Amino acid sequence: MIIDWLITPLSYGFMQRGLIASMLVGILCAVVGCYIVLRSMAFLGDALAHGILPGVAVAYLLQINLTLGALAAGVAVALGIAFLSRQGTIKEDTAIGILFAASLSLGVLLISTIRTYAVDLTHILFGNVLGVSPADLWLMGGLVCVVLTTIILLYKEFLVISFDPVHAAALRLPANLLRHLMLVLLALTVVVSLQTVGVGLVAAMLVTPGATAYLLTRRLSEMMILAAALGAFSGIVGLYLSFYFNVASGAAVVLTATALFLLTFLLAPRKGLLWQRRRPHS
Amino acid sequence: MSLPDEPARLELYHVTVAYGGQLALQDVTLQVPHGAQVAVVGPNGAGKSTLFKVLVGLLPVQAGQIFIHGRPLGAHHDCVAYVPQREEVDWRFPVTVADVVMMGRYGRLGWLKRPKAYDRAIVMRSLEQLGIAELADRPIGELSGGQQRRTFLARALAQEPHILLMDEPFTGVDAATQETTMRLLEQLRDKCVTVLLSTHDLNLAATHFEQVILLNKRLIRYGSAEQVLTPETITETFGGQVFWLEIHGGGQRMATASHCCPPEPIDSTKRR
Repeated sequence: MIIDWLITPLSYGFMQRGLIASMLVGILCAVVGCYIVLRSMAFLGDALAHGILPGVAVAYLLQINLTLGALAAGVAVALGIAFLSRQGTIKEDTAIGILFAASLSLGVLLISTIRTYAVDLTHILFGNVLGVSPADLWLMGGLVCVVLTTIILLYKEFLVISFDPVHAAALRLPANLLRHLMLVLLALTVVVSLQTVGVGLVAAMLVTPGATAYLLTRRLSEMMILAAALGAFSGIVGLYLSFYFNVASGAAVVLTATALFLLTFLLAPRKGLLWQRRRPHS
Repeated sequence: MSLPDEPARLELYHVTVAYGGQLALQDVTLQVPHGAQVAVVGPNGAGKSTLFKVLVGLLPVQAGQIFIHGRPLGAHHDCVAYVPQREEVDWRFPVTVADVVMMGRYGRLGWLKRPKAYDRAIVMRSLEQLGIAELADRPIGELSGGQQRRTFLARALAQEPHILLMDEPFTGVDAATQETTMRLLEQLRDKCVTVLLSTHDLNLAATHFEQVILLNKRLIRYGSAEQVLTPETITETFGGQVFWLEIHGGGQRMATASHCCPPEPIDSTKRR
């Protein structure tokens, strides 16, 4: 029975927590990811994910909460990028490249001093959603609320600085402040996602549902809602696949999202490949 | 509308602006009264766009002061609307025409506020005034160039600005959009909106605007069209790029300024 197939995993506490966690991450990454897709910041998302590695390593060495370490490092890297590219003397992607490589190296260097780290390192790189504790879940839930509330409250402002910076200037919006805030929100998102999909796969969760939703919608608000639904769906389906086929959960979630994207890329009305083949001049 | 009696609402004093290491505006002093419609005329690189960008806050002022309604530039958050010559927006961004026009309301709304029915009514009215109401739900990227221009004019209208800056609105648009823009200027005149409109079309400036600013990095002359547009001032502004046509009988003069390139050489065999 399909009902049994769906219910069986729920009898395990770790699966319940895992499902909630991957759903939360799916929603959060997808919503924040809409801006990543629209502002061509995919590289930044990936860089921030790797940039939090030294924070995690330091937290591990000091025996404190890994998420807190990641949080500190993520915000530091985000603001560092903003600071270096502030005057326009260094382009933003150059600043990202420098800080990303530096903090990844620092992370690897710190981790190499720890002998018994192999297992935890895999978890950081690829996530360990089934190891989410109730305390982790509360912290994740809190951060998700903070980020999503900020995005909803500043919807107009983020929309106008993303779409038309000239008009944003005419409205006297503090463009730099908003840009830095967006970086910090992205850093928080990456940290929340750490335990579910890991450093290596966060970028995919940020970009893929947003890209899928972009092909199907014509307004930013609709794009965000659809992306959130796709992200949550991928999170849940991926975790079930991981449970039944005994494969890595983070990878299963990402590949589910990718499958949805490819399907949409082929079949989407108006923007899909087949549609454009049929009507080459539209 | 007599100049000295009106309180000046846009004032520039000794404004100097450098752009890319070069002086783009030099010691410009002028006062535009409330509700005036002013053509800003000058050759390419004369600082017309620079002047607008400074007024919007896109470029910093090196020296001098600017006041709007007697308060320093930047004290007002939404009373200056700017329609650039070419919008630097991402045309593939998922926004509809109505979304873009609603952005004109953002300044009035302020932080954390959502658009109300009142704002939506203004958006709809602006779209109707520019004849694009039926395009309201279309993505901005699917529109023609002229329709896109009208969308951004509608946004400027929805902003209900006191000062509207239009950079070359008649360049590179279809006849229908030109006509709509002309009609819009008349409506704005009734509403006492101050308009600064840059153009290199001296005819347009002379026939449709009561006041003209002649600009070439410095302020050459500012005043009524008859006062400003004389052979001497135009030659001073455009340098050698002026051709004079004397029309006999009416004593009218027409000037044509070549604004970009020298005339095509007749002997073009070498290039083939």
